[in-house]
Amino acid sequence: MTSMRLDRPDARGRFGEFGGTFAPETLMPALDELAGAFTEAWGDEEFVAEYRRMLSDFVGRPTPLHLAGRLSESLGVRILLKREDLAHTGAHKINNAIGQGLLAKRMGKPRVIAETGAGQHGVATATAAAVLGLECQVFMGSVDIERQALNVLRMEILGTEVVPVTSGAGTLKDAVSEAMREWVKSVESTHYIIGSVVGPHPFPWMVREFQKVIGEEVLDQIGSDLPDIVVACVGGGSNAMGMFYPLAGLGIDLVGIEAAGEGIATGRHGASIGAGSPGVLHGTHTYMLQDEEGQVLEAHSISAGLDYPGVGPEHAYFHQSGLARYESITDEEALDGVELLARTEGIIPALESAHAVAWVAREAGSLQGKTVLINLSGRGDKDVEQIGRARAGR
Amino acid sequence: MGADRLRHMFASARADGRTAFLPFMTAGLPDPSGSPALYRAMAEAGADAFEVGIPYSDPLMDGPVIQRGSDLALAAGTNLDVSFEVIRTVADRSPALAMTYANPVFRRGVEWFAQRLSGVGADGIIVPDLPVEESADLRRAASRHDLGTVLFVAPTSSRARIEAVAAAEPIFIYAVAEVGVTGERTEPSRRAEGLVKAIRDVTDIPIVMGVGISTPAHALAAAEAGADGVIVGSALVRVVLESPDAESAAYALAARVREFRAVLG
Ligand SMILES: Cc1ncc(COP(=O)(O)O)c(C=O)c1O
Repeated sequence: MTSMRLDRPDARGRFGEFGGTFAPETLMPALDELAGAFTEAWGDEEFVAEYRRMLSDFVGRPTPLHLAGRLSESLGVRILLKREDLAHTGAHKINNAIGQGLLAKRMGKPRVIAETGAGQHGVATATAAAVLGLECQVFMGSVDIERQALNVLRMEILGTEVVPVTSGAGTLKDAVSEAMREWVKSVESTHYIIGSVVGPHPFPWMVREFQKVIGEEVLDQIGSDLPDIVVACVGGGSNAMGMFYPLAGLGIDLVGIEAAGEGIATGRHGASIGAGSPGVLHGTHTYMLQDEEGQVLEAHSISAGLDYPGVGPEHAYFHQSGLARYESITDEEALDGVELLARTEGIIPALESAHAVAWVAREAGSLQGKTVLINLSGRGDKDVEQIGRARAGR
Repeated sequence: MGADRLRHMFASARADGRTAFLPFMTAGLPDPSGSPALYRAMAEAGADAFEVGIPYSDPLMDGPVIQRGSDLALAAGTNLDVSFEVIRTVADRSPALAMTYANPVFRRGVEWFAQRLSGVGADGIIVPDLPVEESADLRRAASRHDLGTVLFVAPTSSRARIEAVAAAEPIFIYAVAEVGVTGERTEPSRRAEGLVKAIRDVTDIPIVMGVGISTPAHALAAAEAGADGVIVGSALVRVVLESPDAESAAYALAARVREFRAVLG
C-alpha cells in the first residue's frame, strides 16, 4: 500500500476526493477566517504552549496507558487501554473543546455554540466556556436529552443553555443541523465548536489536530513496543482519528468500529462507511447514510455519540486508501462489552467506547498472541440509567 | 425556455422600471396532485418567475416553516419524479428555477440532474450549500443544458468573494438579505442597501434579494435598495401550511401575491 496520511487537506479542504466546503455563502467568510486563524495559532509557540498547559493542568493529560490484566487473561489477547475516560469531564472531547475555546478567544469571539449527541461534547464545551469566560449555548436532540439526562444537568450547572432540537429524529444529526443554522445567524459574534472531525473545511482538519495528542501520547508511552492492532469507536470519528493519525503508516492494523445498531440488515444502524455511500452531509463530502435520491437517512445506535448518519472525511479517505479498516458492533454486543470491561477491569466504559471493547471480545479468537490497543474514549456514568433499562429488558 | 428566458425577464423588468417578483414554493405541497394549482394561482396573480423547492430532508439554509413544508412534501410522497413534473407545469407558463441542496444533485450526478431539469423546461438551478468554489461541475453541466446557475452573496461576503461570484457569471445573484436562515422577520432588512451597493460596485448582473422578506413593505424596501427582483418564501409556504386544502391555499396565495405585486410595480 503506497497511500500516505495527509498532513493537511489540500487548498480546497480535501483529503483525496473527500472533504471540501459545502456551506452557505453566509458562512464562507467565517470558514476562511477560521482556517487562517487556526493555521496562524497552530504555528504560534505561545498558543500551542497555552493549549498544552491547559491539557496538562486542567484536563489532566497525559492520560494513562493501562495494561488490562484480567481482560487480557480472559480473552487470551494482550490488551492496552488508552484511558481517555480519565480526562477531565470523562471523555476525549475536552481536548478539542479546549483547543477551539482558546481559538475563539484569540479570534475575539465572546460566544460559542456546539451540538452534542451523548452530551460529552456539550459538557466539554460548557466546561471550556466556563474556564475561559465565554458565553455558551448547546444544541441537543430531544431524544438525546432524555437518554443522556445526566449530561444535560452538568451543562446547566456549568452555566450553559441547552437548546432542545425536535426536528427529524431528535438526535445528533438534527443537533448539528440546528447548530449550523444558529451559526448562520450569529456568525459575526460566535464561534461554532463542532464536536468531531466532521463539517466543512477547516473543521475536520482542525479537530484532528486538537485530538492527535491521543496518538502522540501513545507513541511516547509505548516506546518501540508498538501494538499490532489499534481499535477505536467511530461516530463522527474524532477519538479514532486522534488515535489513528499519529499511528498511520507504522504497520499497525487500524480498526474503526461503527455502530451496527439493531443489525446492518435491519437498516437501523450508524455504519456510514460499512453500509453507506459517498455524498454531502453537513458541509463535507464523505460516506453517509442516504436513499437513492440523496435524502439523508436516520441513523440508529444505542449510543447517542455513534447515532450519526455521516463520518469525518478523513476517515472516508483512510477507508478508501486502505490506511484503516472499518467494522461494526451491534447494540447488544456493545452492552456485553460494557459488562465485560466493568467486571474484569473495574471500568464502566461509555456505550460508544464499549463498541471497541466488544469488537476485541468478538474477534478474540483470531487475535490470540497479539497486542491490541483500545482507545477507551469515555466513561460510562452518563449511560448507567440506559444500561440499567437495557439490562432489565433482557 | 432556459437561461435566455430569465435574462429576458430581468431585461424587460428593468426596462419597465418594475421589480420582478419570484415566489418560492416547495414542490408537492399540500400534496403532489394539488401542487401545480398553487403555482398557477400565483402566476395569474402576477408572479414573474418561480423558485420551486425540491424537498430535502436536511435543509441547512432553511428556518422552521420551510423545513416543515419540506417534511410534509416528502411525507406526501414528493420524490424527484414528482418534483420534476411540478416544475414542468410551472415552466409551461413562467420561468422556473429548481432549488435544492447539494446532496440530491450529486447523488444522481450534476449531468443527470441538469439534463432532467432541462428536459422539463426549467430555466435555472439554485443550490444554497454550493458556494462558488464548489460549484464548477454544476455550472458546467447547467450551461451544457442551457440552464442558468444562481450564486449567493451575503452581507458577510468580502469584495473578493463578490468578484469571484461575478466572474462565474450566474444568471442572477441571490442577495441574502439577512444574516441568518430563511424565515419571517418583523423588520425590513437593515442590510439591503449596503448589500446591493457592494454588489453593484463589482457587477451589473441582476440582483434578486431573498431571506426574511415577509411583507409587501419589506419587498418594497428591497426594491428601493435597487434589487432587480425579490424572493418571498416562508411567508407564502406558511399560507399553505395554514390552509385547510389546496383550493383555499391557492386562493389565499393569489391574494398575497397581488399585495406584493401592487408595491413592486
Ligand atoms: C465517549 C465517546 N466516545 C466516542 C464518541 C463519538 O465521537 P467521535 O467518533 O467523534 O469520537 C462520543 C461522542 O459523543 C463519546 O462521547
